[in-house]
Amino acid sequence: MAVKNFILVCGGTACESSKANDIFNALKSEVEAQGVDKDVQIVKTGCFGFCEKGPIVKVLPEEAFYVEVTPEDAKEIISESIVKGRMVKRLLYVDDTDKKKEDDFDIENIKFYQKQVRIVLRNCGFIDPEKIEEYIARDGYAALEKVLFDMSPDDVINELKVSGLRGRGGAGFPTWMKWNFTKGVESDQKFIVCNADEGDPGAYMDRSTLEGDPHSVLEAMTIAGYTVGANKGVIYIRAEYPLAIKRLEIAIEQAREYGLLGEDILGSGFSFDFEIRLGAGAFVCGEETALLRSIEGNRGMPTPKPPFPAVEGLWGKPTVINNVETWANVPMIILKGGKWFNSIGTEKSSGTKVFALTGKINNSGLVEVPMGTTLREIVFDIGGGIKDGKKFKAVQTGGPSGGVLTNDFLDTPIDFDQLTAIGSMMGSGGMIVMDEDDCIIDVAKFYQEFCVEESCGKCAPCRIGTRKLYDILDKISKGKGTHKDLENLETIGNAMKKAALCGLGQTAPNPILSTLKYFKDEYLEHVDDKVCRAGKCKDLVRFEIDPEKCIGCTVCSRKCPVGCISGERKQPHSIDQSQCVKCGACYAACKFGAIKKS
Amino acid sequence: MAKMTLEELRKLRNQKKDELDKRDTEGKDVHIIIGMGTCGIAAGAKDSLDAFLDEIEKNKIDNVTVKQTGCMGLCYVEPTVEVKVPEMPDTIYGNVDAETARNIVREHVLGKKLVSEHVFDRPSKDIVKE
Repeated sequence: MAVKNFILVCGGTACESSKANDIFNALKSEVEAQGVDKDVQIVKTGCFGFCEKGPIVKVLPEEAFYVEVTPEDAKEIISESIVKGRMVKRLLYVDDTDKKKEDDFDIENIKFYQKQVRIVLRNCGFIDPEKIEEYIARDGYAALEKVLFDMSPDDVINELKVSGLRGRGGAGFPTWMKWNFTKGVESDQKFIVCNADEGDPGAYMDRSTLEGDPHSVLEAMTIAGYTVGANKGVIYIRAEYPLAIKRLEIAIEQAREYGLLGEDILGSGFSFDFEIRLGAGAFVCGEETALLRSIEGNRGMPTPKPPFPAVEGLWGKPTVINNVETWANVPMIILKGGKWFNSIGTEKSSGTKVFALTGKINNSGLVEVPMGTTLREIVFDIGGGIKDGKKFKAVQTGGPSGGVLTNDFLDTPIDFDQLTAIGSMMGSGGMIVMDEDDCIIDVAKFYQEFCVEESCGKCAPCRIGTRKLYDILDKISKGKGTHKDLENLETIGNAMKKAALCGLGQTAPNPILSTLKYFKDEYLEHVDDKVCRAGKCKDLVRFEIDPEKCIGCTVCSRKCPVGCISGERKQPHSIDQSQCVKCGACYAACKFGAIKKS
Repeated sequence: MAKMTLEELRKLRNQKKDELDKRDTEGKDVHIIIGMGTCGIAAGAKDSLDAFLDEIEKNKIDNVTVKQTGCMGLCYVEPTVEVKVPEMPDTIYGNVDAETARNIVREHVLGKKLVSEHVFDRPSKDIVKE
């Protein structure tokens, strides 16, 4: 007799601490006591996120999702769920917004506990990206079909307008407007370009989308071609994404074979085809004008706008340029309607956003949530909280162009305008979580160093500004900063915002300005007290051995890479400060808490 | 495949949809789908793939297809694998190294039981099916 039910008990660390083990054992003895142990398998799972409501128990195949379960509930779960085949209503997850309806709440309408909504990533993890048939089976190319045979170009623009889709590359410009500008320009040749030059440290949304669902981007760009009157699409992707490139090539080849690309697509009379251009990985080439220059074979440097690419773009021709994530949304908007898309998210930022959630977080991953989701939901419900039970410090969004979101903003709904209002930006969607061990000056310095290297050097505010900002941060991190330096950071930063030629230079000071605003005390500590509380700024850290606690086990002296710890066995050791490189290896190795960091 | 007309595309879509729903392609009703984005591969998905194929062959099981897919988004437990066996819930497994892959074949595919400690969940509903 095969097993009929599976009971999944959350075995994540958070739930483990809140009695998941006891629940597991209680369920085991209950199935035996109630004589159903042959029909049920009880399994420990990984973390489902959602730890604040833990421990979690899920019963399959019914998909009953029980939260805040105690060992005492085991009896009822088995007798109701397994023996009688009913759900235990009082334990089922109810969304906070539905709380008041709890009395008359209907099992049919259980709110799905997961906070993610996957539009862009709809096919990632479902289809084989190298088989066009699987994409087609999941309504692939149905949007193109609809556009070519049932919609006029104006209908498409209108649908996009209703949807409220804004560019996902960072700036959030309304997509329909871009398309409409290009559509309105008379020209013998127009281009559709996909910006797949993903370059923010810690961001990999676009790579995953292209690797998991390349056809969605091809389909969307073909739709844009029909809408604005272009026959040629160019995908600009960095060469360091070889798998994404390979899958794009396969996808293009398969679409051509099927007649979904090339001359006279599906007998509609419309023709469209693609070319892939590889970028060498310069961050500035994510800026649209620099990207277009790079495609043309020139050095990737931005040009002043106007003229905008929509009017004078690739080879001087009108060009629609959108990023991967924006494109991947388009087929669903056409199929399900602009209204549907607009119903997701916030008033001014509709739809979803994909974030690459990384850093000091338990469940790092690719996360797609409706706009307006709060940081708390992303970090704690989906991300499962901070690693090793440490304290949340901040989240860095928008990479080198963005800023930090602190504790105070955990409940701020995240959308384009809210993020800009608090001095960060959506950026492409990197989201790096920091805990109490991260030094805010160190973080700002990291991003500034990145900007110094990636500045193309064309305009002085960026070329000189990024360098100056970096030098000041470096000085502060070495305990040599002054109050004047803090002032200068702001003056230079604000000047760059106004005067730099392109987005890179205009946003490069953001990580500094935003950390200065929210972590002024930490800057002042570095300047006035010469202290780095996180112990990241090496020049400000000192490791010392507490002779009271040291038992002379010699572990630290064996771990020290420069051999600057000495002492007899079973006698207190000491550190030669003149040789110490402040790597912290001794601090991490000491089991007796005898090494002090100050 | 020659160039398609609109009718042919629609026919192909319906036919492939049926195949996906029936989940039975050429007599193979067990599906093992491995997340093979750069992330999965970097975490060892290719070793898991080899282990799956080897274990399937060793046990002379002939109703299994092993396929690849993109990233499922669960970076913290890569490699990830989805296993579909008739009359069992579709299951997402995480941290599937070569040894776990072999366990999945033995315990899940043959034994019709889940492999403890490795069960995860899809992060969202499927909007295409809605």
